[in-house]
Amino acid sequence: MEIFLFQFLNLDIMRQAWPLILSGAQMTVLLCLAVIPLGLFGGLLVATGSISQWRALRWATKAYVDFFRAVPPLVLLIVIYSGLPFAGIRMSPFMAVCIAFFLNASSFYGEIFRAGVESVGRGQWEAARSTGLTWLQTYRFVVLPQASRNVLPDLVSNTVEVIKLTSIASVVSFTELLYAADMARSVTYNTSPIVLAAVLYLIVLWPVVRLVSRLEHRLGH
Amino acid sequence: MSALLDVRGLRKSFGTTEILRGIDFSVAAQELVFVIGPSGSGKSTMLRCCNRLEEPTAGHVFVDGVDLMAKGTDINAMRRRIGMVFQAFNLYPHMTALGNVTLALRKVLGKGREEAEAIGIAALDRVGLKEKAGNYPSELSGGQQQRVAIARALSLEPKIMLFDEPTSALDPELVGAVLGVMRDLKEAGMTMVVVSHEMRFARDAADRIVFMADGQILEQGSPAEIFGNPQNPRTRDFVGELSR
Amino acid sequence: MTGLERFQDAFLKPELIERYWPDIVSGIAVTLQIAVAVVVTGLALGLFLAVIRSYRIRLLNLPIIVFVDIFRALPPLVVILIVYFGLPNLGINIPGFAVLWLVLSLVLAAFAEEIFWSGIVSVRKGQWDAARSTGLDHWQTLTSVILPQAIRICVPPLTNRTIAVTKNTALGTVIGVGEIMNQGTSAMSLSGNATPLMMAAVAYVVIFVPVVALGSWIERRFAWKRA
Ligand SMILES: Nc1ncnc2c1ncn2[C@@H]1O[C@H](COP(=O)(O)OP(=O)(O)OP(=O)(O)O)[C@@H](O)[C@H]1O
Ligand SMILES: [Mg+2]
Repeated sequence: MEIFLFQFLNLDIMRQAWPLILSGAQMTVLLCLAVIPLGLFGGLLVATGSISQWRALRWATKAYVDFFRAVPPLVLLIVIYSGLPFAGIRMSPFMAVCIAFFLNASSFYGEIFRAGVESVGRGQWEAARSTGLTWLQTYRFVVLPQASRNVLPDLVSNTVEVIKLTSIASVVSFTELLYAADMARSVTYNTSPIVLAAVLYLIVLWPVVRLVSRLEHRLGH
Repeated sequence: MSALLDVRGLRKSFGTTEILRGIDFSVAAQELVFVIGPSGSGKSTMLRCCNRLEEPTAGHVFVDGVDLMAKGTDINAMRRRIGMVFQAFNLYPHMTALGNVTLALRKVLGKGREEAEAIGIAALDRVGLKEKAGNYPSELSGGQQQRVAIARALSLEPKIMLFDEPTSALDPELVGAVLGVMRDLKEAGMTMVVVSHEMRFARDAADRIVFMADGQILEQGSPAEIFGNPQNPRTRDFVGELSR
Repeated sequence: MTGLERFQDAFLKPELIERYWPDIVSGIAVTLQIAVAVVVTGLALGLFLAVIRSYRIRLLNLPIIVFVDIFRALPPLVVILIVYFGLPNLGINIPGFAVLWLVLSLVLAAFAEEIFWSGIVSVRKGQWDAARSTGLDHWQTLTSVILPQAIRICVPPLTNRTIAVTKNTALGTVIGVGEIMNQGTSAMSLSGNATPLMMAAVAYVVIFVPVVALGSWIERRFAWKRA
């Protein structure tokens, strides 16, 4: 038990690692602030494409979504960060993470938005168009607000996934929370810094996870 | 003492509100007892206490002399002796009519498939639905579904049957067939407790009417007494309201 | 050298494809083995926990809910690193692939429990009443009446979640599990060429595109049936 506490919940080591971990946490927050809006924006584009009248565009978005939902995000990230330099395209870890997350998250958010848009009845389109609103106005002011509300639990739950996923940025040496914690681990030979990082993730995400299951259970009835 | 069902000092609270406030009543073999009363008076709760679907807070329920609340009582063995029919039918949607009827025969009584199906077909025949044995609940009318539910309870050869508003979810034209089945049961000597607002049926078929309000039994007597000459003012109001 | 040739030289060099083909194939085998193991143990454990939870014993439910919440809230990579680097410090040595299997199974179990549980509570209470009133006990009611109805609702989210968790087998590369990605990146640094990495990526696409397509087919089919 003592050795367990020493290895996993070592307060001294946690205190030493704290400044490093705090700066890592800040980077994680920054990263989230970049990739979540990017993903949502991309998702809207994807959803719009997937309901397009234009068949080629529909197919293209479907291929895009199927492809990027299938590729593990870590694979995508490594290909972009370590593979593209062979083609002479070199970029910072941050840039690589942003691109990989845009491709991955937009396809997941896109599917969610599409389901939302499809859940809004034809009647809403017809009613809005009959009052003279253009297609875009109808989409923007009538359909999307209802659509997002209908799929809110899925949007929140996917956002939790995106936040968790930022931890893979550590693999390309982006100094976010997990990278910082793992660095502290490797110099102290002690697991406590990663446990501390886990605690930070939990503090932020546990309430959201609870909220998601509330929302899902309520809508399920 | 030939009471088949004997309820003694039954109390039930949900949280801090007491819904049943000391119920005593008994049902003799082959008797048909009707329970009436305003909405929320605790009729369903009382009925559900009679097979411990609802756990009483205090009191005892004896069925055929066995104390349902006693520690050693095998409640599942007793439950198959106590048939129950629900307002919402509660048929299993993923099973055919026959599957609904045979499930407990196989799982509780441990009967083989063939024997269970023979009993099940006979039970469906009793409610006039033999030819619907292979249909799923979604392919049956409400009245047919309720009759399958009755067959499901009947197939276990219960000593007593409890009905909780068996016809109130049905369209008026489907009520007759269900009441017809209940009438046949009565004639065959089944002991029944029926919560229902089918007053005509109560007048014709019931041996006794029990009037409940606010978790208590306020009055009981023959249909003639309760409908013709109620003593309690609340019974009078309720009966007057119904017959208007 | 034309642009196309230069591209081919960096990403699709035939002799490298030939040389590292066996490595990638062995990586595929590892990935598939771990994925199948994770699916089996994760779903089984999740179902088991949901069944336990259906007995509504407070003393057991609390730890289940805490377990489920924690594993849904934590990034799997964080847990993998804690287990992989933490256990040896306690004198427990388990190989990387076992760590990956264990952690991903727990993650899948957490999500699966939540999904199975939603399915169980979505079945109307009257179904319990009816079954219990005919003498079926809790276990018989659950297995014969409740779960067969719940499963239909569970299948689409379960499929999606299972796919998501199996894709996480790629995280094994971080702790040196010899799965596809690991084979690809180590061959890349050995050969100084991106061809093995491309092969690994293609392997993932070839494995998971059909799986994801199957997943959305299942999702649509079940949605249609419910309507
Ligand atoms: N599980 C429960 N939890 C809390 N309160 C309950 C529960 N079940 C019933 N009640 C309450 O108990 C009271 C009696 O309910 P019950 O269903 O027994 O009435 P009833 O006489 O059958 O009414 P109705 O004619 O409307 O069916 C109601 O006020 C109801 O809100
Ligand atoms: Mg009632």
